[in-house]
Amino acid sequence: MSRKTVREALNAALDEEMRRDEHVIVMGCDVGLKGNPFGVTLGLAKKYGLDRVIDTPISEPAFTGMGVGAAATGMRPVVEIMFCDWVTLASDQIINMAAKMRYMFGGKVEMPLVIRVPMGAGGGQAAQHSQSLEAWFNHIPGLKIVAPYYPADCKGLLKAAIRDDNPVLFFENKRCYSVKDEVPDDEDWITPIGKARVVREGSQVTLVTYSSMVKVCLDAAQELADEGISCEVIDLRTLLPLDYETVIASLEKTGRIAVVHEAATRGGMGSDIVAELCERAFDLLDAPPLRVGALNVPLPYNESMEAAVLPDKENVKEAVYRLLSND
Amino acid sequence: MNQETEKKIREVFPAYTPMTELPEGLELETAREMYRKMALIREFDLSAKDLWRAGKIRGLCHAYYFAEAIAVGACSALREGDYTTSTHRGHGHALARGADPGRMMAELFGKAEGCNKGKGGSMHIADVDSGMLGATGIVGSGIAPATGAALSAKLQKNGRVSLCFFGDGGSNQGLFYESMNMAAAWKLPVIFLCECNDWAIGTDIRRVTGDPVIAHRALGFGLPGIRIDGFNVFAVYAAVAEAARRARAGEGPTLIEAKYMRMLGHHVGDDQFYRTKEELERISVLYEADPLLRLREFLLNAGLPPQTLDEIDREEKARVAEAVRYASEDCHEPSPEELYTDIFSDIIVE
Repeated sequence: MSRKTVREALNAALDEEMRRDEHVIVMGCDVGLKGNPFGVTLGLAKKYGLDRVIDTPISEPAFTGMGVGAAATGMRPVVEIMFCDWVTLASDQIINMAAKMRYMFGGKVEMPLVIRVPMGAGGGQAAQHSQSLEAWFNHIPGLKIVAPYYPADCKGLLKAAIRDDNPVLFFENKRCYSVKDEVPDDEDWITPIGKARVVREGSQVTLVTYSSMVKVCLDAAQELADEGISCEVIDLRTLLPLDYETVIASLEKTGRIAVVHEAATRGGMGSDIVAELCERAFDLLDAPPLRVGALNVPLPYNESMEAAVLPDKENVKEAVYRLLSND
Repeated sequence: MNQETEKKIREVFPAYTPMTELPEGLELETAREMYRKMALIREFDLSAKDLWRAGKIRGLCHAYYFAEAIAVGACSALREGDYTTSTHRGHGHALARGADPGRMMAELFGKAEGCNKGKGGSMHIADVDSGMLGATGIVGSGIAPATGAALSAKLQKNGRVSLCFFGDGGSNQGLFYESMNMAAAWKLPVIFLCECNDWAIGTDIRRVTGDPVIAHRALGFGLPGIRIDGFNVFAVYAAVAEAARRARAGEGPTLIEAKYMRMLGHHVGDDQFYRTKEELERISVLYEADPLLRLREFLLNAGLPPQTLDEIDREEKARVAEAVRYASEDCHEPSPEELYTDIFSDIIVE
């Protein structure tokens, strides 16, 4: 174990997998010489050369599509979309090619493609550099989606994604790059895709969350504990396939649940998770399940306006009070 | 072909070039087998057209009619292991790479034995084992994956080239420019082969492009762009052979515009009401430039007996008839479990 930031953990994952398998390549805008805007790919070009850490022109549709073609022919590309907001540009190749090729070609194609998507608000970068668009892709059969928070999971899931023979969208939150924690050094250690983790045990309310909101939920749970309310916090880590077993096991204990994410509430992951739970586990619910997400408005530039849009600890606590109000 | 006819063809189709001799490196025997492939494609798609009209084939089905010289000329210049990507009009590309007509017909019938297990159909026809990475129904969307396959070949140093088929419709997608730019910047072993038939569904290229010569677009990206007669299988072969040589030598991509003409509708159910009677009358002289007939005429002039070619015609007709019989009589409906397979390599998500 060593203490690493998310940034360092992601870098270590790329480094280890590039060393392990020469078919792993990294491509995107500024990933090479500059080491990407956030320092995630820093040093890789020096180590593995600019042939494998490829600085692309600003052509998201084509370099994502090239990742598709390279993955179909034996490479394991890790494509970076510098800001999540621009995954829109690449979405045709992700949705209609990467996610569909295996199926529409009758199982003949492997698609070991990872698309890293730095997302998230909080830095005053306004409406085109702040969004969290993961839920859009939850709608698409053929994709796996991960959105880890802890440095260890960031490393373990990125390694798992690179070794996976299917397209994986890897959402990392820009605001969490400096989160620091213990990370296993073992190069063969991975975090399995599709497994959630209970990060705080509790008995009265389940908070299901991922990415940047893990910390927010833990802080809320701590304060609620001081008030005598016991919350269980589940870090989903993987959004597709989603670990409903872990979620429902928690619901069996608590009977009350809120889904918390940074993305806009309407049409977010929370909407889908709540709907799924109503179908699968309605009898376990002692209160209507809730969603806590961003307001359904574009991300504004102004600091207090932006803060008002994003969900915070207080919003989570209010949701918990509401869930318990029919007791 | 007499001079009078040739003159008329040139008026409508300036890209016309005569088939005077075998291109360098091509044996007469290979040319005869190219004729066989073209005859197979012609018969396969005329048959598919009838089957679609008879309600035996679902969905959208685009015939490779009159384009046979492009797929066969181009794929004959490739080596085993080279990659091709296709368009929505992909039957010819798959057959030219050696796909089995029986399994392809089974695919059009939606059967479990189909080359895509009945999950793709005409628009996604694929024969990945032969390097044909699949047809795509989104116009132009195969261009970037083809370029990625070339990147892959370059990094793996396996000497392969990637042949990217697309149409004049696809040439107006941004993806084309982005891909061509990167391919040129990094000298990737890719051949951009535009099958220019002047029509994007119901829109004439002249109405929507400033310069309808697609080959000119290479200039802005610093790669060679040539326009060739897409009814002339030897012209296609020679152009692709040279482009493949360049690609394998590390000299980078080439843009080839193979001109042909869409004589039928966009798909086999399209009656082309949007094309004027005058326009159809004007292009009707191109039936004299039928790529199959032109190769036949060349082979006869080169000394092949007509019986040999008649025999090939009969054999390929019989192959297609057998493919139809196989698809309709021997093949099976996919099992219900197949709905959920082939989505992922490892897990079933329902």
